[in-house]
Amino acid sequence: MTATDIATTVRTCLREVAPEADLDALPADADLREELFLDSLDFLRLVELLSERTGHRIDEEDYPHLESVNSTVAFLSRVG
Amino acid sequence: MAEFRMPSLGADMDAGVLLEWLVRPGDTVRKGDVVAVVDTSKAAIEVECFTSGTVERLLVEPGTRVPVGAPLATIAAAEGEPAEVPPVPAAPPAAPPVGLPPREPPVGVSPVTSPLVRRLAAERGVDLTAVRGTGPGGRITHADVERHAAAAAAPPPTAPPTAPPPAAPPTPAERRVRASPLARRLAAELGVDLATVQGTGRDGAISADDVRLAAETAPPTRDEGERRRENMRVAIAALMARSKREVPHYYLSETIDLAPAMAWLRERNRALPVPERIVPAVLLLKASARAAARVSEVNGFWQDDRFVPGSGVHLGVAIALRGGGLVAPAIHDADQRDLHDLMATLRDLVTRTRAGRLRGGEMSDPTITISNLGDQGVESIFGVIYPPQVALVGFGRVTDRPWAVDGLLGVRPTVTASLAGDHRATDGATGARYLQALSQLLQTPEEL
Repeated sequence: MTATDIATTVRTCLREVAPEADLDALPADADLREELFLDSLDFLRLVELLSERTGHRIDEEDYPHLESVNSTVAFLSRVG
Repeated sequence: MAEFRMPSLGADMDAGVLLEWLVRPGDTVRKGDVVAVVDTSKAAIEVECFTSGTVERLLVEPGTRVPVGAPLATIAAAEGEPAEVPPVPAAPPAAPPVGLPPREPPVGVSPVTSPLVRRLAAERGVDLTAVRGTGPGGRITHADVERHAAAAAAPPPTAPPTAPPPAAPPTPAERRVRASPLARRLAAELGVDLATVQGTGRDGAISADDVRLAAETAPPTRDEGERRRENMRVAIAALMARSKREVPHYYLSETIDLAPAMAWLRERNRALPVPERIVPAVLLLKASARAAARVSEVNGFWQDDRFVPGSGVHLGVAIALRGGGLVAPAIHDADQRDLHDLMATLRDLVTRTRAGRLRGGEMSDPTITISNLGDQGVESIFGVIYPPQVALVGFGRVTDRPWAVDGLLGVRPTVTASLAGDHRATDGATGARYLQALSQLLQTPEEL
């Protein structure tokens, strides 16, 4: 997957977790949990979707990498 | 023959709107089957029936508002083997005559009206012979009666129902809108066109209040979601106001060391794929349920001036809805479930709550409620009890704090747990025992 593919996947997954959020207005470096009001279950769902769609294992230790759209894309590109 | 009645889906519910039937006359139902969808002020709830048998008649049409306890359908009890499917009545009519009156209808009345529609007509003083039915087969529906009643009550349609524009409204081009900055901002937020607002200030200037009034009296263009949010706000307001009016709350709090719990959870989750992982909130729920089983004085209801213990620990879980509002459905027998089960149940419950598809049993009988605001980042919460429950447990964020152990200072993950107790049912000492039990249970997470 290219970085662009990954970025698209990340936004697709976010849209499923927070369907009412205006993702187009979400800055790429904004804190996802804060900006989208994700609770721990939402976040787990996001991890689950990202893991499924990209085929990467995401451990709990990796969660801090999933802070913003940018950092998530960077992390998934790195492990890919 | 049994009657399927409008269930009470929460202490604050006195009526519900039947949205949808999921069964038809002749269908075989078993106890616990979801048979209808009911709209309370909070959400669309799937309601289960409590008897097994064959649906005989549906007494209420979709869209009808029905008081709690009123019959919705009749169910012929199953005889003999429950596994044996009772024969479907011969040739069920294609369009079942919903709620056909048992007796011959009075002469002159359209033959197909449900008892409910007739009662409504009587209440509204509507002559059914004058109403044109729009239901299947010319059946007079609830809406037909309401429409007829409204038409009769309304004055002749000379003026529009909303505030009329000024006598000689200037054309938009020549009208300069005078409005305060606040009014302008408010108008933008509320989607109000300032050109349509009548100002009450000096020289007809528009104030913020004028904008609010205009937004309130504007024709209803708001969507379903907004309407539901508004209803929910009203329902929450009523219940919480009642709680603060009637329930003498006392509050206790305790900061709990979560080091063992978090370490155990990390170890457990490390080996597992994402769907099997458990969030810390589930440990808190389980410990809260076990503690409620142990200190059972906080688990139940205050009814008729006395405490009625809950039959089992049914944990109400306050779930914030995206876009605002709050619902607290129950996880039944939460103290008996293992963590894996509890996690799956919680995920399912949150998903269905947000999708607006809860089941009746989940709404009606939590025995104690947990409010976890940890994810919203606050340190502690002192909640308002959901009457007739007698306690509410609150958790703040799991956060690292300096912590003294054996004379040494360390940094540990901690959580502040609180208990709001109904002082009529318990005293502070009982509440303290509850929080102590909770803290103790969280020190041995492997036993939860």
